[in-house]
Amino acid sequence: MEQRSVESLLVEIQTTKQSMPSGDSPVRVVIVGHVDHGKSTFVGRLLWETGSLPTGKQEQIQTACQRRGVKFEWAFLMDAFQSERDQNITIDVAQTWLHTATREYVIIDAPGHREFLKNMVTGAASADAALLLIAANEGVREQTRQHGYLLSLLGVRQLVVLVNKMDLVGYDRAVFSHIESECSAFLKKAGIEPQVFIPIVAADGVNLAGPSGETPWYQGPSVVAAMDGFECLKAPSALPLRIPIQDVYRFDHRRILVGRVESGQVSVGDKLVFWPGGKEASVETIEAWSAPKKSGARTGETVGLTLKEQIFVERGQVATPEGMPPDVTHKFKARLFWLGKEPLVRNRSYKLKVTTQEVSCQVLSVDRVIDADSLGEVAGVRDSVGHNEVAEVTIHTRTPIAIDPYSENAATGRLVLADGTMLAGGGIAYKVLDAPSLKAGKGPAAERLTLQQRHHRFGHKSVVVWLAGEPAEISRIAQRLECILFARGMAVFLLDESNLTGVLTSMAPDLETLPPSRTSWNVAAAISETVLLLAQAGLVTLVAWPLPESVAASMRALAEQKNVGFLSVLLSSPGDTPAGDRVDSPEVAADQGSPSAYDLRLDIGEQAADAAALTEIVDKLTLGFQLPPPADYVI
Amino acid sequence: MTHLEKLEQQSIYIIREAFNKFEPLGLLWSVGKDSSALLWLVRKAFFGHVPFPVIHIDTSYKIPEMIEYRDRLMREWNLNLIVGQNQEVLARGETYPNGSASRVRCCSLLKTEALNQVIHQHRFSGLIVGIRRDEEGTRSKERYFSPRDKSSEWNFKNQPPEFWDQFNTDFAPGTHVRVHPLLHWTEVNVWEYIHHEKIPVVSLYFANKGRRYRSLGCAPCSATVASEAKTVPEIIDELRKTKQSERSTRAQDQESEDAFERLRQSGYM
Repeated sequence: MEQRSVESLLVEIQTTKQSMPSGDSPVRVVIVGHVDHGKSTFVGRLLWETGSLPTGKQEQIQTACQRRGVKFEWAFLMDAFQSERDQNITIDVAQTWLHTATREYVIIDAPGHREFLKNMVTGAASADAALLLIAANEGVREQTRQHGYLLSLLGVRQLVVLVNKMDLVGYDRAVFSHIESECSAFLKKAGIEPQVFIPIVAADGVNLAGPSGETPWYQGPSVVAAMDGFECLKAPSALPLRIPIQDVYRFDHRRILVGRVESGQVSVGDKLVFWPGGKEASVETIEAWSAPKKSGARTGETVGLTLKEQIFVERGQVATPEGMPPDVTHKFKARLFWLGKEPLVRNRSYKLKVTTQEVSCQVLSVDRVIDADSLGEVAGVRDSVGHNEVAEVTIHTRTPIAIDPYSENAATGRLVLADGTMLAGGGIAYKVLDAPSLKAGKGPAAERLTLQQRHHRFGHKSVVVWLAGEPAEISRIAQRLECILFARGMAVFLLDESNLTGVLTSMAPDLETLPPSRTSWNVAAAISETVLLLAQAGLVTLVAWPLPESVAASMRALAEQKNVGFLSVLLSSPGDTPAGDRVDSPEVAADQGSPSAYDLRLDIGEQAADAAALTEIVDKLTLGFQLPPPADYVI
Repeated sequence: MTHLEKLEQQSIYIIREAFNKFEPLGLLWSVGKDSSALLWLVRKAFFGHVPFPVIHIDTSYKIPEMIEYRDRLMREWNLNLIVGQNQEVLARGETYPNGSASRVRCCSLLKTEALNQVIHQHRFSGLIVGIRRDEEGTRSKERYFSPRDKSSEWNFKNQPPEFWDQFNTDFAPGTHVRVHPLLHWTEVNVWEYIHHEKIPVVSLYFANKGRRYRSLGCAPCSATVASEAKTVPEIIDELRKTKQSERSTRAQDQESEDAFERLRQSGYM
């Protein structure tokens, strides 16, 4: 095998360093792959091959290796921690600088162990490109797949696959080709197309910096040549302007809004709209200290703006151009990876961060958990997303946020979730739900408010919940249900004997206002009207009153017509006579017993039975109507 | 944008995040080139102001020019300067120059311990520090926002994730966060920026009789390198060619393989 001397490389490097255009940013390349497939060894050897090691470093590593009684270990260059060297495993991501003949790189060495996936994400999220290592003797493994899929979620699109340890399979081309086809098929499913597959032996430098005699059948580029084909990610300057406000300062009698231009550009005089809210103002100045006067700013710049009109703006709002607003919503679908030790659980509060916005949120539903191995769906209904799993979820926020679908704008379509004090997950918003169409016009029209707008405001659908059964019993359960739903942040109202009787009497004194157990058809119809009215106000309306099935059926039909949910529940205590028997009117008695009239039939009475019944109703509401997330928004 | 502009903008973003999230916030200023460039970036971020205290840990073994430079900038840049010093240990004489402590132990007492005293006294919840990934192996594994426990310890085996410029900004009471806005800069980048912005630096960095300081620390543990670089562009030129690592002149790092790791774990910058 051809081994170039360190001295010959040094000469090459020194000439290249001077010719490097100083204005260009280094390309950031992350090294990923399954544990023990040779990532750190590869990085160490690549540093040496390209002459990027400082004087004495190799000798230092030699000493560290001798002390542990192991042969020279390239990985020690990156594995700086004692525990990493002792266990021969990378724990945390390391970054280093490297020069090839054409330019400078930042190399990000990510850990492959499943346990340290959070550190892999930390490193890979900022990369322009990736090298995926696969050990030839082991082939595609769990973390090969998981890292591949995460690269796609993290937005890393440039990828070269290195099939390492080719010496262990006798430089067998068939092994290489098999891995190539298996890996390509998998990556295609994940949405990434690798630029090339390269057979290497990292520890010996085979195919790292130049062609090798060991793999005559391989005609493609060396690793260094393939890396030189990578490009830095382009700033999204052609997209509409987005400046998430980071802070508001008052210095020297100026009120300055600061933030980073995440996309597009801004100029003095531009009219800006701030979302959520939709307030408008024009840019008076772009402030800078110890720099020439600025008339505009491009993507990536951190700007300080003063406004012509004095409007209230705060951190988290996003400045956009007129006519090109983001979506403002409570609800969206996200594809995310969860790194928390504790699972991400439905209906619990988490902190959501989108740009500089921070709001409480809950997962309304876990729509799909993706199996990293097959990229298929994990079977069964899930209520949570476990440690290191990837899933699609529906997120509901406590207050509205400004967001763009990731496909339209990566910077404003990304999110992270914090569990307690630590970041625990991240992902992309792939579909925005329930957003009034800001893009069509200038905010909501001045017409009659729609139910949709009310749903948006309250953060849930309106639903009628009809509780039938013994009046005193159902009232008791209904009051508790009202408290539970209210505590969950819902707009809820209970209609029962205590408030309905009075209303009915004053509204229509000629109605036969009998106690609930003696409801006539007319009274039932009046109650049904009242219930539907409240539901159209956007409320979750509970009604605890026995109603004839015909009335209930027409109430259900009307509710569904108006896009209001409907849930009927029959509650009975053990030893109760069937509910229908206690209704005096023969008409009512005749049709109330039909089982099809109820979505739920539950037993109550004992404390445990009551609790179980309430849980079932709440679950049914949450699942059936994607009702309310908001368990404990008070954090 | 040029690469240098990108580095600068990223640092300003981080500094502003720290200012928004932590109160009280302080900046650790060693008066070396990195933290002085950092101080300049703070002035850029806040339109000429430095809206929080600047802390200098004075071991009493600093080279006199460093103190002169510090006091000059304090006046000219209108800095609220806090000087931290472990006077108890100095009175006791438990230092390396006195021959009664190893280099690493001396660092730990006069720097780390003195810093902890300042943190507790002023109850800092955020500390901006000018370390860079390219300096040293354990620093290359740092986060921009790095949590420290009550005794300033760095749990490097279990660091929280950090990505997409979303930082861990919530922490338990009594703990603090080290914020590292220069993490992504290299030594050459810092000098390029000093040149571009005309930031004043201590004269010790420039060659005098064929030698200059490349990394500044305490006089007994900092050595000079052979150099003819008398201007910033000459320093940049020299650094582009050298194969010598930056901290190779800092004697405390060389005491053992894990000397620096142990120092950093216990709260050293």
